Amino acid sequence: MKTFGALLRSPSALFGLAVGAVALMTALFAPLLAPHDPLQTITPLALPGSVAPDGSHLWLGADFLGRDILSRLIWGTRTVLLWSSLSTAASFSVGVSMGLLAGYYGGKLDTALSFIANTLLAFPVTVLYIIIITSFGASGANIVIAVTFASAPGVFRIMRAIALDMRNRDFVAAAITQGESALAVMGREILPNAVTPLLADLCLRLGYTAITVGVLGFLGLGLPPPTPDWGGMVAEGKNMAIAFPHLVIFPCIAISLLMLAMSLLSDALQQIAKGSSRA
Amino acid sequence: MLHFIARRFLVLLATMLAVSFVVFAALELNIEDVATHVLGQFATADQRHLWLAENGYYDPFLYRYLRWLMHFLIGDWGRSIHFKEEVTTLIPYYLKNTAMLAGISLAVMTPLALLLGVLAGMREGSALDRMISFFAIATTSIPQFASAVFLSGIFVFWLHLLPGASPMTSGFAWRELVMPVLVLVLAGTGYLTRMTRASMVEVMSSAYVRTARMKGNSFARVVLRHALRNAMVTPVTVVMLYIPWLLANVVVVEVFFAYRGFGTLLYTASLQHDVFLIEGCTMVAVVAVVSTQLFSDLAYVWLNPRVTFDAPSEKTAGAAA
Repeated sequence: MKTFGALLRSPSALFGLAVGAVALMTALFAPLLAPHDPLQTITPLALPGSVAPDGSHLWLGADFLGRDILSRLIWGTRTVLLWSSLSTAASFSVGVSMGLLAGYYGGKLDTALSFIANTLLAFPVTVLYIIIITSFGASGANIVIAVTFASAPGVFRIMRAIALDMRNRDFVAAAITQGESALAVMGREILPNAVTPLLADLCLRLGYTAITVGVLGFLGLGLPPPTPDWGGMVAEGKNMAIAFPHLVIFPCIAISLLMLAMSLLSDALQQIAKGSSRA
Repeated sequence: MLHFIARRFLVLLATMLAVSFVVFAALELNIEDVATHVLGQFATADQRHLWLAENGYYDPFLYRYLRWLMHFLIGDWGRSIHFKEEVTTLIPYYLKNTAMLAGISLAVMTPLALLLGVLAGMREGSALDRMISFFAIATTSIPQFASAVFLSGIFVFWLHLLPGASPMTSGFAWRELVMPVLVLVLAGTGYLTRMTRASMVEVMSSAYVRTARMKGNSFARVVLRHALRNAMVTPVTVVMLYIPWLLANVVVVEVFFAYRGFGTLLYTASLQHDVFLIEGCTMVAVVAVVSTQLFSDLAYVWLNPRVTFDAPSEKTAGAAA
């Protein structure tokens, strides 16, 4: 709660929260907000602001198949938020639980888990994505798997370092002496101390995963068409961007804005985490 | 010192071995898939069977892995299905192009980021600091395909200054290199700037800098002669870690600008399910990542005499601070 209060005092965090909230609302209420069906063919390559045959406006124009770009952007918010939050949640569940175990028990378990994490970290991330998605096929579930492989090791390292540190503190020793189970010690004593650094990482990772979903879409490895997906929209419009820049500019603005918001929020959280650790 | 290097080297070898196993398992565990990718979709079951038998694919998996590893070590990486060429002749050519792109980007990015980071970090909280910090966050947040679109919009379609694609089909052209470099620099400068800034802020708030200031040295002298050298330790090691970052990030930039580099090669290979080429590219990428990590550790120890060779854990503590 103290963290939240501090967040509200930072303008960049407020901006991040606001953009995040707007994106969330857009994703939730996409069917109500979108003026058209994102898959419906209206006027191919219509320019921004032109009027569709039925008299409605295509505010951001239409793509090469005549689909309304604004509606696709709005539905695309859902795609990006859904898959990036699912992937991030999966990475955090794996990373945090493995990190807790490794840091708490140490020894051979720690050595083994750390070795696996370091092996995965040896891959350049894009290479890892490409390998996993090309061998298993492009689908939402495989995006989640690929992102988990790529980012769980990072989360693991943060959690493990904190757990290792906490393991030797008096309050943890006290809890163990009281006869609390290992699970209770990890969940109630160690995990709460890791919340702020994990939260800062969560924001950043959520943003990066949103980029990843976009990049995979751009490389044609994301969700299969015709799913509205910001990265995919850029990939589809790229070759016609000379004549019709509106095909690519709007999805790029959308993803950049969302990313900027997430980074600012994460930066503010890190500042707060640093401040509270100094005090 | 030797002990430290030897131990790090052993860990590096173990990682490489694990990686090679993972890569081999991911790509060649399912032999039917390998046969389909090599012979094409229209090969009959008999033809696939024949090819698999001929190439020893019915041997046990572990045996196949060890044989593949041996072949890999002596430089027999197989033939690319898509390019119809030896993998070992393809990779160096494409890697050279990427090295050039990455090298130029690094050469532009490093001085720029160090300068911005020092300017921001020498007076924490000043207007200049806040401006540079915002710039750093903003540029690192924008995905590269988006900044490629924005920059192409400005320099290619609006100002007509530069070509929008960099295939270099008619020989080497400087002009075609500008856009990809620009996108990489824009994406990479922010992070290094933030690292330099954090390091500089830390040094500027240390006791010896305060002492130097109180002795009556000018601010410029304190920054240049006292703070700078210590503040450079972290960024210099971070620069090394840019090589893995570049390897991961050139894919998007190269694909966007149709630049014939390592990223495009790996991308094409994976789209074409070019098994042996994917294996070769991945192993090269991993070697690059792991060895730069080793070099970065060594550079850190060399630049920071307080860190001893036998306690690599101190390095992470120092880098995190």
